[in-house]
Amino acid sequence: MSSTGIGAPVRRKEDARFLTGRGTYTDDINRPGQVHAFILRSPHAHAEIKGIDTAKAKAAPGVLTVYTGADMQVGGLPCGWLIHSKDGSPMAEPPHPVLAQGKVRHIGDPVAVVIAETRAEAKDAAELIAVDYNTLAAVVAAEDALKPGAPQLHEQAKGNLCYDWHLGDKAAVDAAFAKAAHVARIDIVNNRLVPNAMEPRAAIGEYDRATGEHTLYTTSQNPHVIRLLMGAFVLQLPEHKLRVVAPDVGGGFGSKIYHYAEEAIVTWASARVNRPIKWTAERGESFASDAQGRDHVTHAELALDKNGKFLALRVATIANLGGYLSTFSTAIPTYLYGTLLAGTYTTPAVYVEVKSAFTNTVPVDAYRGAGRPEACYVIERIVDTAAREMKIDPAELRRRNFIPKDAYPYQTPVALTYDSGDYFTTLDMALKAADYAGFEQRRQEAARRGKLRGIGIATYIEACGIAPSAVAGALGARAGLYETAELRVHPTGSVTVFTGTHSHGQGHETTFAQLVSERLGVPIEMVDVVHGDTNKIPFGMGTYGSRSLPVGGSALFKAIDKVVNKGKKIAAHLLETDEADIEFKDGKYSIAGTDKNVAFGQVAFAAYVPHNYPIEELEPGLDETSFYDPKNFTYPAGCHIAEIEIDRDTGIVSVERFTAADDFGRIVNPLIVEGQVHGGLAQGIGQALLENAVYDEDGQLVTGSFMDYCMPRADDLPAFDVATHTTLCTHNPLGVKGCGEAGAIGAPAAVMNAVVNALAPLGVTDMEMPATAERVWRAIAEKTMPRAAE
Amino acid sequence: MATVTLTVNGKSVTATVEPRTLLVQLLREHLGLTGTHVGCDTSQCGACVVHVDGVSAKSCTMLAVQAEGAKVTTIEGLATGDKLHPMQEAFRENHGLQCGFCTPGMVMSAVDFAQRHKNPTEQQIREWLEGNICRCTGYHNIVKAIKAGTEAMGRTA
Repeated sequence: MSSTGIGAPVRRKEDARFLTGRGTYTDDINRPGQVHAFILRSPHAHAEIKGIDTAKAKAAPGVLTVYTGADMQVGGLPCGWLIHSKDGSPMAEPPHPVLAQGKVRHIGDPVAVVIAETRAEAKDAAELIAVDYNTLAAVVAAEDALKPGAPQLHEQAKGNLCYDWHLGDKAAVDAAFAKAAHVARIDIVNNRLVPNAMEPRAAIGEYDRATGEHTLYTTSQNPHVIRLLMGAFVLQLPEHKLRVVAPDVGGGFGSKIYHYAEEAIVTWASARVNRPIKWTAERGESFASDAQGRDHVTHAELALDKNGKFLALRVATIANLGGYLSTFSTAIPTYLYGTLLAGTYTTPAVYVEVKSAFTNTVPVDAYRGAGRPEACYVIERIVDTAAREMKIDPAELRRRNFIPKDAYPYQTPVALTYDSGDYFTTLDMALKAADYAGFEQRRQEAARRGKLRGIGIATYIEACGIAPSAVAGALGARAGLYETAELRVHPTGSVTVFTGTHSHGQGHETTFAQLVSERLGVPIEMVDVVHGDTNKIPFGMGTYGSRSLPVGGSALFKAIDKVVNKGKKIAAHLLETDEADIEFKDGKYSIAGTDKNVAFGQVAFAAYVPHNYPIEELEPGLDETSFYDPKNFTYPAGCHIAEIEIDRDTGIVSVERFTAADDFGRIVNPLIVEGQVHGGLAQGIGQALLENAVYDEDGQLVTGSFMDYCMPRADDLPAFDVATHTTLCTHNPLGVKGCGEAGAIGAPAAVMNAVVNALAPLGVTDMEMPATAERVWRAIAEKTMPRAAE
Repeated sequence: MATVTLTVNGKSVTATVEPRTLLVQLLREHLGLTGTHVGCDTSQCGACVVHVDGVSAKSCTMLAVQAEGAKVTTIEGLATGDKLHPMQEAFRENHGLQCGFCTPGMVMSAVDFAQRHKNPTEQQIREWLEGNICRCTGYHNIVKAIKAGTEAMGRTA
C-alpha cells in the first residue's frame, strides 16, 4: 500500500477550499443581471384555490413579475418508479404540478412565484398576493387516510391508496406459524424525519438567448438525473440545450436526489424574464418542501421453534407518501424495504404487505438508509422481543439464526442474493469492544447511582448500489442504475477523472484520486476529480444508496483498466517488444524479466505527441470512458451496540457508549469511512432519541424549525467506538460494498433495544421513537406511580 | 438606506445598505465573502459564526449597522496566506468536516473556544458546540479537531 493508495487514510483534497471559505455552493454563485425568486407557499394542508390576485404584488417595488399555476402550464414532476399492487394493477400516479393547479395538498405546496430585483423585494411582494382558499379537512396519518370517509387528496387515488403491494410466500409463512413453538409480536412506528442537510436547497436558472441554452445551478446529488427529468418530462427541453450544474453541495442524505418544483420554476422563468433568477430556501421552507423520510406503521410477527430458530416472519406496513409522489418515493417502502426483511438471518419464509397512502403532509422519499433502516428496525426490535420472551440472551439468539459463513451466495426468501458476509465476526467484535460481558456490573453500578442502564444490540444488513439496471427495470425503475467514469490522461501524465457520481461530503475527490494513484502510480496531487456539471461529466446517475464507490468506483476501475491496456500497446511499441511481454507496475511499463522500462508519463506523452507511435493500429490519445452496470447489489452488514442510561426522575436518556463493527468490503480511505459511520450513527441516534416530524390534525407542521425539531447536538452524542471487518464483495472489481448509510440503519434499533432493556425490569416492554424524556418519564411513571402519569 | 463603516479581515469597508440588512447579508451579498453561510432562520445552526471584535457571534443575528466601527473577522481572514490557521489545520488533519457547509462557523466558533480554554475536556467542547449544528460528522471528529486545534494554538501562542 502506498501512502496515497487504496487503504491509506489520506487527508482530503477538498478540505483546503472548505476550510478557508472558498467552497462554491449554489447560493454563493451570482450571475450578471441576476434577480431573485420567492415562492409563495400554501399555509394550509388541504384547500381549494378559488382565486389568486397578484395585481398588488406585480405593482410592488422591484417586482418584475409574478407567476401562478395558470401561467406555468408545463409537465408535472415525474415519479421514477412504477409499483404494481398485489392484483397486478399499476399504482395510482396522480399529477404533481410545479405550481398548484386549483388545489393545495400540504403546507408548503408552491402556489406562486414572485420575481424581483432583490430577495427582500420578492418576499415583501409575496405578502401582497391574495389567495382565496376554501380550506378542506386534512388527513395526516397514513392509517387514517386509508379509512373509509377520510378526506380524499387526488381523484386518481381512490381511498388515498397509492398501491397495495406484497412480497414473499404467504402460504409458506402461514404453514410455519402453524407449527411455531413461540410467536413474538410487535406494533411499531418508524417516526417521520426531516433530512435537514445544513445547506438549504437553492437553484439559479439562466437562459442564453444567443445560443438558446438553459443553465440550472442546483443543490443536487445527481445533476444528470435532474437534466433528464426536468428536460424530458417537465419543460420539454432537449439535453443539448440544458446544462445542470451541482457545484459544492452542503449535504444531501437523500433529500437532494429529487427533482423539485423550484428547479423547474427558475429555469422556466429565467427564459421569460431574460434574467438569471436565484432562489434559496429559508430553513422554514426546507422543513415545508424538502422530501421527508420514514413514516411507517408496522405490525410484525416472528415464529420461532422451541430452540429459538426463526421459522417465519410476517409483516404488515402502512407507509405515508405525503401529498404527492416524490421522485423515488414509491420504491422506498417496497423494493428497498420488503426485500431486506430477511436481515442477517436464515428465516426460511417471509411475507410482507405494504399499503402506501397519500396524506396532507410534505412528500416522503429516501432519507439516509431509505427503507433499510425501517426493515432493520422491524427485525431487530422483534428479535429482541422474542429473546426477552423466550429468555434467551439477545446475542445468542442472533448467533443461532445467522446465515452461516459458508452459505454464500445466499438466496433469501425475499428476492435478494447475498454475495458475501460474516455476521458472526462483526457480532463478536462489537460484543468484545462494548464489553458486553461486563454489562451486568455496570448496570448494578448505575443502579447504585439511581440510574437505569440498558444495552441493546442490532445486527443489520443493507443492500447498496441498486442494480442491475435490467432487474431494476423489470421491478418498475424508470432509470438505468449504472455509473460512468472518464479517465483523461493529459500529455504530461497528470490525470483528470470525470465521474457521474456527486460528492456532497463523501470525499470522492480524495477517494477516487486514491484509486488512480494506486493503479497508475501517479502522485495524488496530479489527479483531480471533476463532478457535478453535465457539460463536463459523462451521463451518470449520481450519488445515493451508498453507490458511489461500488458502482462509480468500479466504473473508474474499468476506465483505468482501459488506459493501462492501451498504454501497454504504446509501451510495447516504444520498447520494441511484443505487448504480451509488457508488465505494468508502480507507474512503469517494463519488459517482463528485464530492467527495460518506460514511465507512465512517457507513454502518455507518446500518446499525444505520436511521433514514435503505432499509428496504423492505434488511435492517439489516452482518454477512456467506462459505463459499469453491476451484477448485483452489495451487502454491507454489521453489528451496533448501544449502552444507555436513564435518569429516573427526568426520563432523560443518555447514550453512554456506542460500538459499531461493520463490514464494508475493501476500504479505500479508512478516515473517510469512519467519518461516514459517525455521521450515520448520529442520524440514527437522532431518530431514536430526538427527531420527530410532527403534524397537528389540521396538517400544520408543528416541528417546522430548528427551535422545534430536535437536531442532534454535540452534547447529545458520545464518542463512537468503530471498527471494521472485511469480507470482499464478490462481483465488483474493487470488492467494495459502500458505507454511507450503515450508521443510520443499525443505530435506531440498537438504541431502542437498549432503552427497552433498561426499562424492562420495571415492566416496560415497548417504547416508541423518539424516546424523549417525556415519553420515557411517562412510561416509568405508569409503572411506578400510576396516578402521576395521568 | 444606512451607511456602515467597519473593518473586515483587516480592511476598512463602507457600505450603503437597507437598515434591515443583516451582518451576514452585508458579508455575503455586498462584500462577496461567501465563506460565511446561512443554514437556518432561527439563530440555531451557527453556520454564520464570525468574530466581531475578537469574539464569536452569529452574523445572522446582528444587523449590519450594529457592526459600525467593529473589527470583523470571517473564515476568509483566518489563514495567513497559504498557511492554514492551527484550528483549520486541526480540522483537516482530524477529518473534522465532510460537506463543509457548517465548517466556517464551526472553525470560527472553535477559535473563540480555544481563546477561552487552555486545556479543555471533551465535555466542555461538546457543550460549547450547542450553537453549532453539523449534520455530517456526528461531531466525533469535530470534537477531536477542536481539542487538537486548541492545543496547537496554545503551543503557538
